[in-house]
Amino acid sequence: MTAVEAPAVPGGAAAVTPRAPRGWTGLVTVVVVVVLAAVPLFLAPFATTTLTRILVFALFAVSLDLLVGVTGLPSLGHAAYFGAGAYAAGWVSINVTAEAPVPLLAGAAVGAVAAALTGWITVRSAGVFFLMLTLAIGETMHQLANTWDSVTGGANGLIGIPSVRIAGAPLTNAGFVHWYVLAVFLLGFALVWLVARSPFGTALRGIRDNEPRMRAIGYPTALYKYAVFVFAGGVAGLAGSLLAAQARFVALPDIGFLTAAFALLAVVIGGAGSLWGACLGAALVILVRDALGPSLGGHGTLLLGAVFVLVVYLLPRGAAGVRLRRRGTS
Amino acid sequence: MTALRCTGLSRSFGALKAVDGVDLAVGTGARHALIGPNGAGKSTLFKLVSGTMRAHSGAVELAGRDVTGLSEVARCRLGMSQTMQHASLFGSMTAAETVALAAARHEGGRISPLPRRRPAVWTRAGELLAEVGLAERRDVPVPALSHGERKQLEVALALACRPSLLLLDEPAAGMSPAESARLVELLAGLPAEITVLFVEHDLDLVFSLADSVTVLHLGRVLLSGTPDEVRASEAVREAYLGAGRREELFTA
Repeated sequence: MTAVEAPAVPGGAAAVTPRAPRGWTGLVTVVVVVVLAAVPLFLAPFATTTLTRILVFALFAVSLDLLVGVTGLPSLGHAAYFGAGAYAAGWVSINVTAEAPVPLLAGAAVGAVAAALTGWITVRSAGVFFLMLTLAIGETMHQLANTWDSVTGGANGLIGIPSVRIAGAPLTNAGFVHWYVLAVFLLGFALVWLVARSPFGTALRGIRDNEPRMRAIGYPTALYKYAVFVFAGGVAGLAGSLLAAQARFVALPDIGFLTAAFALLAVVIGGAGSLWGACLGAALVILVRDALGPSLGGHGTLLLGAVFVLVVYLLPRGAAGVRLRRRGTS
Repeated sequence: MTALRCTGLSRSFGALKAVDGVDLAVGTGARHALIGPNGAGKSTLFKLVSGTMRAHSGAVELAGRDVTGLSEVARCRLGMSQTMQHASLFGSMTAAETVALAAARHEGGRISPLPRRRPAVWTRAGELLAEVGLAERRDVPVPALSHGERKQLEVALALACRPSLLLLDEPAAGMSPAESARLVELLAGLPAEITVLFVEHDLDLVFSLADSVTVLHLGRVLLSGTPDEVRASEAVREAYLGAGRREELFTA
């Protein structure tokens, strides 16, 4: 546990304390959002779709970062809630309605409920036990998705998910889907960001730093960890519903261990505790896996492994730590 | 009126009875010292009182209310607050953020899941830091504080919980003489409605601050009395020093 937490502390402090400089951050945020929004106007549909996939995965990674980086709970089973949200949104789109907020709400709700049902056992453990319990829950959910094929499509995956509709009009164009995903991503990111900066978020960082001391000053830490676990599950479910909207296909790997591990990789590469760092990490993971992977003869994962080793050695605080160090030395 | 009463408190680790049927009564407003040689069970007794560790038998009463079955968190909410023997703080926070964290929980407001400006919390944190002599160091990250400053911060953190009973586990351990004198001044200046129970090895500090002393030895209460009675006790000397007399430890 210490090994996972150790790099989290400085990165976390940089991202979410009230001391961070405001002016530049605001400007950079606006520029990034404008660029992201303008992408479908300039890039080819394939590149746009890759970027959309990055956004989906980034929201998932951000929700995990709230657990790993902010609260100090390294989860290996977070894909369970991402996948649950994706299946729920896909199922609702097929069987009920694909009208805009419904699949989103279904995904978020199912993600949160799944986290609520499984979270109480996990948050009362710590360190390696937490890691193993979340891994076990992730694998159980994976098995459940495999077996319950009347709902999930089993090994074939959930196929035939219709396009999301907004006010009755289906979003078939890759650009429109991108804007839809971007809007929901911004909403989800803002929610997580607000929580991380709230008094509740400060308490979560206190739990990460020193949980026994938090109890001694009167914080019911298990309850707080449970609350953030459920919230992170809900955001992961929201990201899952975006996956259903973007890929229009949900399959077993989306709820499996590899997806959870990739998300954890994205958080560590980006710098645990830094929400925008998690987005950078997610971008790298998706680029290597989906864009570069095919040209490497399917060895994208190998490259990711190498990148991970390099990051751990060269940037122990992740990508988000780079800026910090430069400022520290100048 | 007693602020804290322990009756028959026991806790063992395997065959070792670390705390063995301890009865202890601390009057409201008292400055009560808990002393004893290493391994006497002082720290374990503290953990049983604060609720960090469950007693195997016996009861703890806080201001007449039985809190034996309550968790550490619940006891803290009822007015019990502690400092740790080894400063145990939050590595990513500044001194002010540390104190504000505790103040936020005890100033009545809800812990909001959305960002809030909390001027009352920050004012209170500032006051407490000034009280323990860290006003100049409020924006210094905890890892950059000296050992003595961290112990001071521990006290501010404990006071931020608005305690009626303050438990201090070796508050002066590792402090310089100047820091330790400052601490005595701070503790002596605490309002009378705060009861203080403290473990301390520095007997000068104990005798300058305490109005009553309990001596623990091998998990049992050897003697409870005024500082003068403890100073005069032959049994206490033997417990501390064995048969060989080194009176200067007490009389110097």
